[in-house]
Order: sequence, then structure tokens, then C-alpha cells
Amino acid sequence: MALTETDRPALQKPSPRRPVGGRRRFSGRTALVLLAFMAPAIVFVGLFTYYPLLSGIQMAFRNYNLNDLSDTSWVGLDNFRALLHDEMFRGTVKNSVIWVVGSLVPQFLIGFTMALWLRRKFRFRGAYQALVFFPWAVSGFLIGILFRWMFNGEFGVVNDLLMKTHLIDTPVPWLADARYAMVAVIIANVWYGVTFFAIMILAALQSVPEELYEAAAIDGAGKVRTLFSITIPSIRTTLALTVLLRVIWIFNSPELIFGMTGGGPANETHIVTSYMIQVTQEGDYGRASAMGVMVVFVLMLFAVFYLLAIRPRKGLA
Amino acid sequence: MIRSETPAGRIVKFGGLGICLIFTVFPLYWILITSFKEPGTIFAYPLKYWPGSWSLENYRGLFGTSNFGVFIGNSLIVSLVAAALATVVSLLSAYVLARFEFASKGAVMGAFLVTQMIPGFIALGSLYILMTRMYLVDSRWGLVLVYVAMSIPLCTVMLRGFFENVPASLEEAAMVDGCSRLSALFRVLVPVMTPGIAASYIFNFVNCWNELFLSVTLLNSDSNKTVPAALNGFISSYNIDWGSMSAAAVLSIVPTMILFAVASRYIVEGLTSGAVKE
Repeated sequence: MALTETDRPALQKPSPRRPVGGRRRFSGRTALVLLAFMAPAIVFVGLFTYYPLLSGIQMAFRNYNLNDLSDTSWVGLDNFRALLHDEMFRGTVKNSVIWVVGSLVPQFLIGFTMALWLRRKFRFRGAYQALVFFPWAVSGFLIGILFRWMFNGEFGVVNDLLMKTHLIDTPVPWLADARYAMVAVIIANVWYGVTFFAIMILAALQSVPEELYEAAAIDGAGKVRTLFSITIPSIRTTLALTVLLRVIWIFNSPELIFGMTGGGPANETHIVTSYMIQVTQEGDYGRASAMGVMVVFVLMLFAVFYLLAIRPRKGLA
Repeated sequence: MIRSETPAGRIVKFGGLGICLIFTVFPLYWILITSFKEPGTIFAYPLKYWPGSWSLENYRGLFGTSNFGVFIGNSLIVSLVAAALATVVSLLSAYVLARFEFASKGAVMGAFLVTQMIPGFIALGSLYILMTRMYLVDSRWGLVLVYVAMSIPLCTVMLRGFFENVPASLEEAAMVDGCSRLSALFRVLVPVMTPGIAASYIFNFVNCWNELFLSVTLLNSDSNKTVPAALNGFISSYNIDWGSMSAAAVLSIVPTMILFAVASRYIVEGLTSGAVKE
């Protein structure tokens, strides 16, 4: 709720020079006070977030290996070139795409469905939401550990349940077999992310006026028709932005993988960001920084194209 | 006229919600009962879906064989202090961003929001070198400073939303009565915003409590490690002791769950309103 001129009692005389739409004019002394209020936040974020980010960019163009700091000269694009020829890196790019798409689509569909089911009030809806939304409070790393235990090949509950229901006859070595490991981490990630979609979409659904649904019902629109003609167009922007945020977030969330497989077996579940952290831990800061630069660059490009693609077209209200 | 649901529709809806509930809660249930099984029975076949006898042996083992008490203490200190500092710093910046128009405001908001797109670990290497130069490596206080910086942007956006729900006349009246802006902020505004501030604090706390990569990189010695860093050590071994591991996981999940449940309504409100506004 933005405060407008009329909301405020006339404690100060309105100045004729007040800029239209501006909330408040202030004197030079007030400006100093405001600067002092902003300063701590700017210093913290500047020093511990932006400075490392910028110095990481220059590191990407240098030979910077913690294990041998005798020669930290500029090497141009060598780090980037080395990455493009690195089989392992190319594998992680492929895995990242599988990881993002494989996680996003089920998260979206299940989250959307849950939000639709939760739109209307029913008894215990509040309690239900509190229970179902708890994964939000847990870190991806711990979720990874939980699922690592459940997908354990010998004593895991997943195999036990699947065998009890006769879906499989022999235990599946989920996390030890390259064929299944990626499926398992994606299942865990879907489980983890459904909640986020459900919360965001539910919040958007609750802003759709009930009269629209009533009008649709009077016009005899069925469920499917209502969904595609009323619900989805009304929350289109939120849906689009939520998906964008999720893509970036899933791409950038190697915690779950670290907890569940550590990138294994045989690096089959490493995505770009988890590989980047591994390279950092090995001390090759130059190459890790090059990966960081590529990640940020690609995600920015993606965001720009995505936003261009979803922008409202002229002529459509 | 509100269209009533058909009985079949209701069955599908509540059946679906029921299945979602079971799927969501089951992993938590499973780690809980694992942690309370007797260590020997964890690997007994057939698997037990309800422990025959409840035992605290895994918890005893966890504190007996590792420094888990120390890790919890470290996590608590770091998260409590960092969340508090971040909340105070964000209160000041959120107040300015909520109440005033100035030329560089868009740039500041933009700079804050960009940090949400770029993960904190992307520049891990250069952060490590910066911290080395400042003699803040392997120091819990160094980690606190980094966590404060990590928490400020989103906390500011949330608090800004809460400030906008409080009329400016409140602090203006206090300032006419002779309060300075700072004391008006803390004496008049903070008391009416308590739920929002508490929720922001909890949100910060949970994020710091859960953070893994910065902690693993910046702290080396066992006496400084936080819980996630310690767990990372546990799972890196070839033979994971799932008894202690499950107890450790429960102890790191439960506090955040309780805190989040208490504050979730305000956190969702803060996040969704902030997201809609920008």
C-alpha cells in the first residue's frame, strides 16, 4: 500500500515544488541522516557480496590455483577454452538441463494442481498448509540427506515399498547406478520444490476476483474452460515470473545434490554449479571463476529472452 | 451464485490432497523413526515402519562420539547473531527505501534484487581470498559478517513491505514531538511492526542455520564448524553411520520447522507482497 498525499494528515505544509508522484521532499540534513541509515546495508553487501563477485570476474581471466600461486598471470580466455574442452564440464551442462527441466515440469504441474485444490476455504485448510509447506524450512542439503537414506540400495524404504507392491522384484541400487541416480535426485528435487510453486500460485489465485468465476459459471463454462479462460489468463504474469525464478533457482541449487550423491556415481549427477564448487574446493579458483562467469552470463541471457518472450503483446488486453 | 462442487470432484480433490500430504510428510516421518530405532534394528530386515522399541541410543551416540554439541552451539551463535545484525541493518535501509524517493533508489533496489539471482557461492574463491586478507578465515565472526551480507537484501525487501503498511503520520507525529528520526523509528515504528520484524528475523535465522557452502569454505577447524558443515563431513565418509546421521538430521530440521511454522504466515506475506511490488 503506497502512501499518497491524501493519506497523510497535513503535518507538513505541502510545498508547491513537490514533484508529482514523489512521496516526500527532504532537506540536506535529512539526506545525511538517510545516507547514514543506508550506509551499513550498502557497506555489507558491497564488501561481502559485490566485491568478491567483481574480483571473481578478473580471476576468471587469470591462472589462479591455490595449490601453486607462483604464477598468477593473465591468461586471457584460457580458462574458458579449457572448460569447453573438458568432457566433464560438458557432461555437467547436459546434466544441468536434464536437472532443470526434469525438476521444473513436475513441480509446476503438481504445485499448480495443489494450489487449485487449496483455493477454496475448507475446514483445516490452515493446518493442512502448515503441514504440507514444511519442506520450505529445510535446506536442500538436508533434503538430500533424507532422500539419500530413503533411496539407500540395501536398507532404503523406497526399494522396500516398491518390492512390497511388486513393482520391482530385486532392489534397485538407486544411487550407485548411473542410470537411476539422476532420476532419484530429480524425484527428491520435485518433492522439495512443489511447495514453493503451490505457495506462489495460491497467493496469485487468491487475488482473482470471485465474480469472474461466478460469471463463468452463469455462462455455463465447464471446469476446463474456466481454467484456461479465467484462471490462467488472470495469473499469467505470476506464473511466468515464478517459472523464471524457479529455473534460475533450480540451476543454482547444488545443495540437494551434495547431500544426496555428492555428484556421484562417476560424476553422473554433477550439475554445473556443483562441479564449480568441487573445482573451488580443489583450489583451481581461475577455472571455477570462469564457470561462475559463464553461469551468470547464460542465466542473464536466458532471463532477458524469457522476459521478452512473455511480455504482454500489444492489442491483447 | 456459487457453483457447488460435484461429489466426484470432492473425492478427487480431497483424495489428491491426502496423497500429497502423505508424500510430503513421509520423508520426515521416516528420518524421525529411524533416529528413534535401536541402532542394531536400523539395518534389520524386514524394515520396520513403526519402531518396536523406542530408543535414544542414536542421540546418545551422536553426542558421545562427535562434537555435535559444539556444532549446534556454533550454529546457534552464528545464526542468532547474524540474523539479529541483518535485521537491524535491514530495518534502517528498508525504512529509507519505503518512505523516500531519491535518484539512486532504483539502483539500490536493483543491486539488492540481483543478489537474489546470483547464488552466494558463485564467487567462493575470491570471497575466501578476501576473508584471508582480513584475517577472518576460520573465524565464526567472519562467517557472521558474510551471513549478514547474505541476508540483508531479501530482509530489506520484506521489511520494506511491512513499513508500507504503517502510515508515515506515526513517525512524523513523534518527530514533531521532538524525537530524532532514529528514535522515532525504534520507539514508534518498531513496536507496531513486531510480527513482521519477528518473521524477518526468523527467516534470516533459518537461512543462516541452513547455509552450507560458505560455512564449509570459510571454517576449517572442528571447534568452529556449524551443523551443515559437520554433516557434510559425516556423509563424505565411506561408511555412513545412519543411526547418528538420522539423529543429527532430526536435530537440525526440527528447530527450523517449528520457527517456520510460527512465522510462515508473515513470511509468505512479506515475500509475496515484495515480489508483486517489484
